Amino acid sequence: MRLELLGLSKRYPGCVANDAVSLKVEAGEIHAILGENGAGKSTLMKMIYGVVKPDEGQMLWNNKEVEIKGPAHARQLGMGMVFQHFSLFETLTVAENIALYLDPSELGSMAALRQHIEQVANEYGLAINPDRKVGSLSVGEQQRVEIIRCLIQDIQLLILDEPTAVLTPAEAEHLIKVLKQLAAKGCSILFISHKLHEVNALCDRATVLRAGKVTGSCVPRDTSPAEMARLMLGDGLTLTKAFEPGPSGDVLLQLKDIEVPPTDHFAIHLRQLNLSLRRGEIIGLAGVAGNGQDELVDLLNGELSATKGQVLLAGEPIQRLGVQQRRHKGMAVVPADRIGRGAVATMSLSENNLLTGCITHGAKAGLIDWKVVSARAERIISHYKVKTSGKTEMAGSLSGGNLQKFILGREIEQAPQVLVCFHPTWGVDVGAANLIHQQLIKLRDQGAAILLLSEDLDELYLLSDRLGALCAGQLSPVAPKSEVSLERLGQWMAGQFDAQHDKETCHAD
Amino acid sequence: MRIEKRLQPSRAMVLLSPVLALVLTLIAGALLFKMLGHPAGLSLYNYFINPISDWYGVSELLVKVTPLLLCAIGLMLCFKGKVWNIGAEGQFIFAALVSGYVSLQLMAVEGFWVLPVIIVAGALAGMAWAAIAALLKTHFQASEILTTIMLNYIALNLLLWGVHGPLKDPDGYNFPESALFADHTLLPLLSEDYRVTVAIYIALLMLAVVWFVLSKSIFGFQIRVMGESAGAAKFAGYKNRLLVWSLLLFSGAMAGVAAVSEVNGPVGQLIPTLNLGYGYAAIIVVFMGRMHPIGILIASFLLGLTYVGGEMVQIEQGMPKSIVGLFQGMLLFFLLACDLLIQYRLVLPGFGPIRLPSDRTKQVAS
Repeated sequence: MRLELLGLSKRYPGCVANDAVSLKVEAGEIHAILGENGAGKSTLMKMIYGVVKPDEGQMLWNNKEVEIKGPAHARQLGMGMVFQHFSLFETLTVAENIALYLDPSELGSMAALRQHIEQVANEYGLAINPDRKVGSLSVGEQQRVEIIRCLIQDIQLLILDEPTAVLTPAEAEHLIKVLKQLAAKGCSILFISHKLHEVNALCDRATVLRAGKVTGSCVPRDTSPAEMARLMLGDGLTLTKAFEPGPSGDVLLQLKDIEVPPTDHFAIHLRQLNLSLRRGEIIGLAGVAGNGQDELVDLLNGELSATKGQVLLAGEPIQRLGVQQRRHKGMAVVPADRIGRGAVATMSLSENNLLTGCITHGAKAGLIDWKVVSARAERIISHYKVKTSGKTEMAGSLSGGNLQKFILGREIEQAPQVLVCFHPTWGVDVGAANLIHQQLIKLRDQGAAILLLSEDLDELYLLSDRLGALCAGQLSPVAPKSEVSLERLGQWMAGQFDAQHDKETCHAD
Repeated sequence: MRIEKRLQPSRAMVLLSPVLALVLTLIAGALLFKMLGHPAGLSLYNYFINPISDWYGVSELLVKVTPLLLCAIGLMLCFKGKVWNIGAEGQFIFAALVSGYVSLQLMAVEGFWVLPVIIVAGALAGMAWAAIAALLKTHFQASEILTTIMLNYIALNLLLWGVHGPLKDPDGYNFPESALFADHTLLPLLSEDYRVTVAIYIALLMLAVVWFVLSKSIFGFQIRVMGESAGAAKFAGYKNRLLVWSLLLFSGAMAGVAAVSEVNGPVGQLIPTLNLGYGYAAIIVVFMGRMHPIGILIASFLLGLTYVGGEMVQIEQGMPKSIVGLFQGMLLFFLLACDLLIQYRLVLPGFGPIRLPSDRTKQVAS
């Protein structure tokens, strides 16, 4: 037995994060931890990795009782962990970040380390330049660094907190292969994911947590995703089918020959972007992280300006307008980073509602009407089922999914004509994702135009009316989703825009 | 004993930290007095109670509070927006020089407009000095922490040049001082018996204005967002340059008015030693006052007391002048140390974490 937990409990003031959790992980087993946001998964992982000390309970490591003194101790024992919220220094390079993580004795020279990084990166197909500053990496690339950092040591247990959330399907598939390889070598893997089909494809066993307690376990191979979702949510949830495309109207948002040169060394050059987004439709853009998504969202939000081309909103050029002027005209944006972009961690939900909400409500002649702002915040909380102690709670203390619901609610409540939505359900549990999807469809049906950037293909196929992909700052053709097969979308994501027909060359794996 | 991170910042500790810092300062001060060979109790009494034991003493405290509060009001807005203006001192000195010059020019001119012109001249001079730092920050990405500090020394040397050169009183027996200002260029006193001027009303009025701006206006909200999260401010489209300029200009203006309150108030002329460090002490006021209007009002009295108390122990017990700086330094030092307890808490072996009754409990998400 690699790892055994016996009655592990962790209490925080006012809340039991884990209540007598027991589970077993065999050597070489891939074990999934399932649960909604707030179910206590991350706390459990942090206890195993020694970040958080359990209040009660025992932990056996290779059949011997251990008390993990801290992450360094856990690492010595042979554990590695990829956190959901990355623990990287943005001002340091990839290699420096990894060097910091290693024990001085195993570090050796930086040149050797760089080589080692490249070797691991190549082995697992996680391309990364060891000399890039982490701050300049996209979310997806940063996660690659986290994963490589764990794989660089010999590990017996790898803990992954939603590792595939920001990977493309191809990358995720690759990672799954990597994990299977690792497991075959005897490394055990603890895997938190919201993507049930992945758990299904990858994991040997799954333990389901709800409200800090183990509510069930199953063998994913023998259990359908719908059943697992039911175990997690505790009610008869039915997974929604793809939404039907709606009738689309006139063009609301148009990009014409947009050219945006990179603003720093690592930014992506947006080239020759042409796109017409119609009233009442959702265009989904797929793409591997770091292919120009950040730049495109900044461009549309008004933070980045194009050197060539036009951005038209309902026929009117807006490329010279600032963020707030665009919002006045009916633009809204849900950014990829919730904390630090979409919300201010140290401010209350009411105040976070005002962050972009002041455009439409709560402000007259530069003065704030806090009553209106609070009422709106309360409405968003109840309407979008945000789990929180109230409108005065700090945004930073909400779980990721709940904060995402709040941010999405705030943007939708602006009644936008055009909504740009980046990673709307990244790290969000099934229940919250469902709600977010329904709200987006509702907004579309009310006549708004939505541009959806996501790396979750299921989500793209579920929501979009038309599909396209971004690759190296260029836009693929955009076509109705019924005409875009998974293979074709994959080709687009790889930059093969001229692939005319779907060749029947599916990979055997 | 160990220190562990709190699940969320303690609100109680935010308020308790300055009190704790004051207590620690008093204890350290008592030890210091003891080591200097003075009776600790008497010295503390002379420092903190004796100065305000009569109405004249209280009025003298208000004389110190006025420029402190004016400087602190401007700095509070700056610090809320994480614009680290350390240059209130330089803005104060430059404004003193300019408003002093204007006062000397208007010696022979009577009129109701003279005083307003002097006040505006002071405010504009403070703004001009702060504008240098704003320009360097917004156009050349120079850290305002460094530029404002450096500008303090430049301003001081300009003042010294002024009082040693063109502004020296021709009838002043070659002392490096300007002529005494004419009465009509001095701020009106609240009462003939005391040195407090109407500037204290200006300070209180501006305090109320700033409070209103911070709590009720979109502008104040944007300042706070910029301070808490520059990325979110950028995402929401708040104009960073405009905010930085506004904050620096406003705090420059407030330091300028503070200079007028001092030079055209109790001092009444330009002297080389008119800067008693109000611009620096105001930084401590803002942090002691938790960047809240009521807080900085209270803290400006405390820091004002370090000045009048320092004078008292110099007179009564012959202590050195540097005692003022020592007490102000200790206050800031202990405050910054105690502020650790906002994010962290002490855990005593065998007792568990030290809890404050008002520590808010909350739902913890996984």
